[in-house]
Amino acid sequence: MIEIKDIHKSFGDNEVLRGISGKFQPGITNLIIGGSGSGKTTLLKCMIGLHHPEQGSVTYDGRDFTQLNTEERIEIRKEIGMLFQGSALFDSMTVEENIMFPLNMFTDQSRSEKLDRVNFCLDRVNLEGKNKLFPAELSGGMKKRVGIARAIAMNPKYLFCDEPNSGLDPKTSIVIDELIKEITEEYNTTTVVVTHDMNSVMGIGDYIMFLHQGKKFWEGSNKEIAKTDIAELNDFVFASRFMKAAKDKF
Amino acid sequence: MNFTNFGRYILLLKAAFKRPEKWKIYMKAIFQQMDFIGVGSLGLISIISTFIGAVMTLQIAFQLVSDFIPKTIIGSVNRDSTILELSPTISAIVLAGKIGSAISSEIGTMRVTEQIDALEIMGINAPGYLILPKILAGITMVPMLVIISMVLSITGGYLGGTLSGAVSPTEYIQGITTDFNPFTIAVALVKAFVFGFIITSVPAYEGFYVKGGALEVAQASTRAVVVSCISILACDYLVTGLML
Repeated sequence: MIEIKDIHKSFGDNEVLRGISGKFQPGITNLIIGGSGSGKTTLLKCMIGLHHPEQGSVTYDGRDFTQLNTEERIEIRKEIGMLFQGSALFDSMTVEENIMFPLNMFTDQSRSEKLDRVNFCLDRVNLEGKNKLFPAELSGGMKKRVGIARAIAMNPKYLFCDEPNSGLDPKTSIVIDELIKEITEEYNTTTVVVTHDMNSVMGIGDYIMFLHQGKKFWEGSNKEIAKTDIAELNDFVFASRFMKAAKDKF
Repeated sequence: MNFTNFGRYILLLKAAFKRPEKWKIYMKAIFQQMDFIGVGSLGLISIISTFIGAVMTLQIAFQLVSDFIPKTIIGSVNRDSTILELSPTISAIVLAGKIGSAISSEIGTMRVTEQIDALEIMGINAPGYLILPKILAGITMVPMLVIISMVLSITGGYLGGTLSGAVSPTEYIQGITTDFNPFTIAVALVKAFVFGFIITSVPAYEGFYVKGGALEVAQASTRAVVVSCISILACDYLVTGLML
């Protein structure tokens, strides 16, 4: 479980996060949603240590990440898998080398063991046989899937996804969403997804935290989100004509 | 570089020189960088050095037109200028343009496409993995390139001088072998070592802290070359002052 308490983060005079707290449980898909500039990605980066919050704590199963030294943080980071918005695959490496990279760095497995793991991960994201391709030869959806394969290569306890559906067509978005949900349930990972994709919210949002102007405005599940009468949340969730029509109909 | 940048540069170097997670992976990266910096620059350095040597001989011959000065001086002056200044400094400035911009662009692009964040999330010391192999390759390969440059520049001087008739082969060879002080080679290699460090570490710093997109990567690349060249010239003066 990951617990955040009273997270504050500013960039100059701009206070982006204003005291956010919450708990993200393992085995379910936790979503952080909100409009552009609401602080979702900043919160995610504070959780994984790419930003340092001015105040507050981030606890990974009882270990306060904000209080640890560099070496102790590295130990937690080895338990983290991350899917970046732009996939962040290493350009100079093939798909196979990308997925094998953390295994090369942190395990003493033989080459065949590592290759088995790479093939397992590729198989898991339905990209078997794509080992020798370079990132430049992949489509956006394939890059995301390789990103997921790399993220799960080390069997992470915690999985973070930053806008996993951005730039993808609706069908591929659903494939990626389902993949994240399946992996979360299968390996009981604590998964935190930052998104503003309403298909993801309604499809895989077991726990949803809604941010607005740097504050937590609402939390609940995808079953509860349609029934709320919070204006800011409704403005966000039912912004599109399709969602508005769906709400009116049902 | 202002003091803030210099402080951040030192802190980045401190992080880069931390113990590697796995030497085997780093060794592979070091050899790749040696190939890129050393073998990849050999052609360019060879062409530049040969022509500079030839032009230097012609210019020295043009300036020394007195009957009281023996023509063997042309070889001696060319040799000392090449070893002490031209080969280390000109090679370093050319390499700062070629390698420095490539290093800055590579690391800068990795920064803006979140590849460096990905390394850090994996628990890898990004400065160590990305910068240390480049610095180690730089401080080993630049001195080797400078040695090759010295040989080719002096050879170029021989070819340029004899083909143009500015100096005879015997006079030139007598000139380059008379009163040779081996300490000049040591000075040149110290310079090459320092320049190799600058050529790799300064662009790596500029690339590592890029913020923004393609435009900022390009700006960082330009800044890397400019700062490297100025640092090379400043260190050239410093090393020369200290050692000669």
